[in-house]
Amino acid sequence: MKVLVAVKRVVDYNVKVRPLADGSGVDLANVKMSINPFCEIAVEEAVRLKEKGVATEIVAVTVGAQQSQEQLRTALALGADRAILVSTDETLEPLSIAKCLKAVCDSESPDIILLGKQAIDGDNNQTGQMLAALMGIGQATFASEIVIDGDNASVTREVDGGLQTLTLPLPVMVTADLRLNEPRYASLPNIMKAKKKPLDTSTPEELGVDVTPRVTQVGVELPAERSAGIKVDDVAQLVDKLKNEAKVIS
Amino acid sequence: MSILIVAEHDNSTLNIATLNSVTAAGVIGGDVHILVAGHGCSGVADQAAAVTGVSKVLLADSASYAHSLAENVALLIAELGASYSHILATSTSNAKNIMPRAAALLDVQAISDISAVVDADTFKRPIYAGNVIATVKSTDSIKVILVRGTAFDACAADGGSASIESVTGDHDAGKSSFVSEEVAKSDRPELTAAEVVISGGRGMGSGENFALLDGIADKLGAAIGASRAAVDAGFVPNDMQVGQTGKIVAPDLYVAVGISGAIQHLAGMKDSKVIVAINKDEEAPIFSVADYGLVADLFVALPELDAAL
Repeated sequence: MKVLVAVKRVVDYNVKVRPLADGSGVDLANVKMSINPFCEIAVEEAVRLKEKGVATEIVAVTVGAQQSQEQLRTALALGADRAILVSTDETLEPLSIAKCLKAVCDSESPDIILLGKQAIDGDNNQTGQMLAALMGIGQATFASEIVIDGDNASVTREVDGGLQTLTLPLPVMVTADLRLNEPRYASLPNIMKAKKKPLDTSTPEELGVDVTPRVTQVGVELPAERSAGIKVDDVAQLVDKLKNEAKVIS
Repeated sequence: MSILIVAEHDNSTLNIATLNSVTAAGVIGGDVHILVAGHGCSGVADQAAAVTGVSKVLLADSASYAHSLAENVALLIAELGASYSHILATSTSNAKNIMPRAAALLDVQAISDISAVVDADTFKRPIYAGNVIATVKSTDSIKVILVRGTAFDACAADGGSASIESVTGDHDAGKSSFVSEEVAKSDRPELTAAEVVISGGRGMGSGENFALLDGIADKLGAAIGASRAAVDAGFVPNDMQVGQTGKIVAPDLYVAVGISGAIQHLAGMKDSKVIVAINKDEEAPIFSVADYGLVADLFVALPELDAAL
């Protein structure tokens, strides 16, 4: 059984980004880049499926600039067998990425496709759902548990208010939520081995995909700043302020 | 222009989150229709027809839509939505699951989590955990939009008298089946709709200690939330998570207890009207957004607060 896992290169989650002075975009110069945390959870799940004997091969894929090879190497160090970079310098939106991933899936024919539920740069939460739509297959988003039983997947999903369980025939697209697993750290020997694993490169043009953006970013700005308020001395003063100053409790 | 709003509901009650999208639709301008897709959900259609500003309700009642399976509902939205200029839904976990799928079927780039409408094809939305607000312009002929509920006030749930039209035909993609649902039963208000939210973080120390929040929540009529750190630590379930990757809340009063204030948590609560932070570390970043900060051991402060209310 083949698992395809898609990953994205994003600004590290510890970095607080700022707009460029002219408001044309976000200042990404010399900013630390990492694999998107939810993609890392997806890779970990793929590796666990292989360790359980469910999966036999893991293919890691990304769509993005040449530097995204670093994140593919991270996926390979975590346990993916080979990687594919769909290389482009175009500004990518979820629909374009989903179309590129679909083209890759058409030639790879994976049984299970894993993605993170959301990338922490654009905060879109769309790519997995779009990929499943384009492929005409079932989707299980925001997964907290995946069980493969023969030709079916049983997936527990994080939904508003609780959990929902679905069964879906393979092939299936699943997006990883926070509690699906805790990703391991890549060991040094595995990082060294990852450098020798195969990494193929393609382009959207070669895949026959038009990645021209449909939504353009007109500008960016800082959100309205909240100013720090006051420190209260004790609980009594806090309750007094909430009652008589903020008037939010009675 | 004509706008289709996909209703959020449980087959018996219209979720008030839907009303935020009706307000956003009013800012865009145009004829506003609501789609109620479900099973045995005609009562929801009646409620939707009463919402101010709505001219028509489309009722798609079929077993295929009973559990809001994305594969089935997205086909329906793509079919009906093709004749609209905008398709909106409030950004619930259900809508986040379905709307991008419908958008891809329509070959449209969806726009997630808009916080403001600039004009009919230009919107503002937070990116990078809300550290930056982007203004984006869509060139698609149909705009598929997820609306950030906290950014638009709910419109009036009554006063309208829309017509109700049944949708014929059915979409059963046969790609997924519903097995079960475990929904936590609570007498407390829903996190995203509560006027008061009290959240605990890693400082709570354990899941059992979240009980310290119960009495206060009861007295304030509050919902109880948590930071990602508290969810990561296994103290509480993920549906309590407030933050960039959890729920976005903007209550009148938000009380953060034992929460340091990581970027990703602030993204989910910094639009609250009044923020209170209780933390023993006076350097905690949460104090930089708090209107009232109390530097104290929460295990002392919480019982005191409970007693003082």
